Amino acid sequence: MESLLQGHWPWYITGILFGLIVPLLLFVGNKPFGISKSLKDIASLLPQNRFHQIKHDLKPNFWRIYFVVGIIIGGYLAVLFLKGNATIDLSNSTKSDLENIGIVSFDGLAPSQIFNWEFLLSTKGLLIMVLGGFLIGFGVRYANGCTSGHAIMGLSIFSSSSLIAVLGFFAGGLLMTHILFPLLFN
Amino acid sequence: MKNLKYLVIGTWFGILLTKSEAVSWFRIQEMFRFQAFHMYGIIGMAVVVGMISLLVIKKFKIKSLNGEKINPAQKPLQFKSNLIGGFVFGLGWALTGACPGPIYALIGNGLMVFVVVLTAALIGSIVYDLIKKHLPH
Repeated sequence: MESLLQGHWPWYITGILFGLIVPLLLFVGNKPFGISKSLKDIASLLPQNRFHQIKHDLKPNFWRIYFVVGIIIGGYLAVLFLKGNATIDLSNSTKSDLENIGIVSFDGLAPSQIFNWEFLLSTKGLLIMVLGGFLIGFGVRYANGCTSGHAIMGLSIFSSSSLIAVLGFFAGGLLMTHILFPLLFN
Repeated sequence: MKNLKYLVIGTWFGILLTKSEAVSWFRIQEMFRFQAFHMYGIIGMAVVVGMISLLVIKKFKIKSLNGEKINPAQKPLQFKSNLIGGFVFGLGWALTGACPGPIYALIGNGLMVFVVVLTAALIGSIVYDLIKKHLPH
């Protein structure tokens, strides 16, 4: 059992388990599944001033702070007990594409040559991590949802706003992956 | 204390994000290059299970534990903001290999540099709140 849990979890199992989080959150507290609004929740906890004023009623949203703290704990436990940072069985075509733009190591969950403190201080590192993070935060709030809130929750209830948002996610992702990222990384 | 259950579900979600490999920058690259079914399988399966769950909840009029009727509202259709905002997020998703859930999970996974990505995302969220009245919606 332990080795089974430590091994690779197939997509059709994890997909089902992800989907079940939707009814689970609705059942235990009538909460819609979604993560992006946690950014607003956290931002509203920060000291407010003339430039940073957020009208946000935190009380009905406070559960989401617990939820995202849980995600951090879960990420920690998955690596500690379940070999969560094992090397990914990536397709060969992706490997050779990434090798062509200079990725040398495929160990772990993300390329160690990019996601480290030293690289953060380079121009490319700043673009990837700081600009990338900014675009995520700005974009999900503007789109009113992210992969969980729009793609999984929204499409589950046949929401047309979610379908448009998901089309936007892919348009941006494809442009970055195929055109901007190769320019940036070469 | 009533929020503790969300800490537990969040923990489960964090384990799932990690073990499904949805947190992986490599998997997101593979997805946007259409070179494996993995991520499409996960998201597609999750949507199908979510849909069926909601049909079951509706059909049997299942109430939440606090006795409320379960009827999640659709988010308002705002064509421009859904599309442009989605596009902006997509750029960031492909750059960092992470959407908001995985940012938190990756910090737990020990990739501490994602604290910077999270901070930048918080700044992005704050800037959005500052300028939203000037943006097309």
